[in-house]
Amino acid sequence: MFHSSKALIRNPRLALATGIGVAVLLQLGGGWIDPYTTQVVLFAAINVILAVSLNLVMGETGQFSLCHAAFMAVGAYTSALLTGKALPTLLPHLSWTGSSWASQVFFLPVLVIGGFVAALAGFIVGGPSLRLRGDYLAMVTLGFGEIIRVLLQNANFVGGARGMEGILPATNLFWAVGFAVLTVYTMIALVRSTYGRGFQAVRDDEIAAAAMGIDTTRVKVTAFVIGAFFAGVAGGLYAHAVEFISPEGFNFLRSFEIIVMVILGGLGRPVGVAIAAILITLLNEWLRDLSQYRMVVYALIIILFMILRPAETLRPLFSRVLPGRKPAAS
Amino acid sequence: MTSAGTPLLEARNCSLRFGGIAALTDVSLRIDAGELVGLIGPNGAGKTSLFNILTGVYRPTEGEILLEGRPVTGLAPHRINRLGVARTFQNIRLFGSLDVRMNVRTSFIARLRGGLLEVVRRGKTFRSEEREIQEEGRRLLSYFGLEEASILPSRSLPYGDQRRLEIVRALATRPRLLLLDEPAAGMNPTEKEELKQLIARIRAEFGTAILLVEHDMKVVMGICERLVVLDRGAMLATGTPAEVRADPKVIAAYLGEEHGEEES
Repeated sequence: MFHSSKALIRNPRLALATGIGVAVLLQLGGGWIDPYTTQVVLFAAINVILAVSLNLVMGETGQFSLCHAAFMAVGAYTSALLTGKALPTLLPHLSWTGSSWASQVFFLPVLVIGGFVAALAGFIVGGPSLRLRGDYLAMVTLGFGEIIRVLLQNANFVGGARGMEGILPATNLFWAVGFAVLTVYTMIALVRSTYGRGFQAVRDDEIAAAAMGIDTTRVKVTAFVIGAFFAGVAGGLYAHAVEFISPEGFNFLRSFEIIVMVILGGLGRPVGVAIAAILITLLNEWLRDLSQYRMVVYALIIILFMILRPAETLRPLFSRVLPGRKPAAS
Repeated sequence: MTSAGTPLLEARNCSLRFGGIAALTDVSLRIDAGELVGLIGPNGAGKTSLFNILTGVYRPTEGEILLEGRPVTGLAPHRINRLGVARTFQNIRLFGSLDVRMNVRTSFIARLRGGLLEVVRRGKTFRSEEREIQEEGRRLLSYFGLEEASILPSRSLPYGDQRRLEIVRALATRPRLLLLDEPAAGMNPTEKEELKQLIARIRAEFGTAILLVEHDMKVVMGICERLVVLDRGAMLATGTPAEVRADPKVIAAYLGEEHGEEES
């Protein structure tokens, strides 16, 4: 009853099992879903991963990061190189089409490696720069994002500014939805633990957190590296869903779009952020017909969202159904 | 106290300067295990600066700090906390978005054994650890009469309770030395009385040594065994409350030069 913690510890696990079950069902029985809808669901799932992972850095730990899309790029390029060049060269006798068993089996390690390389990038930027505060950190991450983009533009072996095309279409509902669920689970499980309270303690008061024995730099770097890992996985999923990536696809605007999702979902609320990510994905699709006016309307709607704060207004409704951050009692 | 050997904490000839301004000049301090020492002085005497160099917030410009004989000068605040020194803040610094129990739980983070994966997996170590932490947190809160408030947002507590929670949170890191920075500030007489009892209970139950910065002379004189007086960043006097009260230099510092001269 009033020791909700026990139920909460089990809840995410249940959610994980349900989610992965849904992912499997979608994949096996989802033949009736038309390709366009499938594509939208894939994008929504990828955006959920991006937003929820950035939420750990921005929402929970309170560090302003402007380079989430750069970590996504690192994951996307790494995994595309693996499936496009490394794997077919190493194992030429296997069939490498999107749905072949070989590409499906190897897709998991490919995504994970992409995530790890992005995490390494996160460690390299985060290590020195997370000692900085607020504005300075934002500037460093902004710079890092640009560095990655420019590097990719000038790297001929990944197509330079033209990008990479003909990437194996290995991303399907199973991988995308599965990873989205896994990410949301990981974030909730992480934050709802004594360990995870460290992120929030650092956000609330760094000096007090350090005085309580919390290694604040380490906490911040950890959040950054975990965030980068999942962004890298999302990048891998994205590359293998659209089959084409270019440096421009991971520019500052992309990072900013993820930030909007995090803020809209209510900083520090994984479930709200996931919902916001889905809504913004849908919004993007609905506005496609407006062609050149799209960004204008998009911006207006975002402003409206920010003013109305649906995450705040609807929270009492959700908290009854979802294991979100519950009101204090029961 | 009895241990004539190594003191629990020792500051040797510490100075702290910010550019041309000397916050502390040649301050030496010694605290033995279990001792209750009061640190007094007029506003701007350097009391909080001394706290800040003892807890690693600032590195002293000169001098060294020893914890049980080991040099800890310039260590990061979290390292010093892990070695057994905890503190509260003059301007309360609770974790505003966390409720009362979570504020206390953050103090256990440094001691967690299970890593990241263990947390995500909800493994055995994780579960037993969380149970222990919950249990110990609850025990601490109920011992200090805050159990009722445990699920309230820490910000919503009355002022006196916020101060108390800060002390509980510091104690949860299991310190051997607790630094209290003006714990009675803003408290009414009843709360001050409760605070005195609280300090007595901490010493009785946990055997923690305490260094107490306080303006309220009634609180300080009533409970401290030894007082250290700072004035303008330098040590002015040290001794029992009675000795300090009679010290002409102290009277001068508090009541003004002329008055002091008359007294002496």
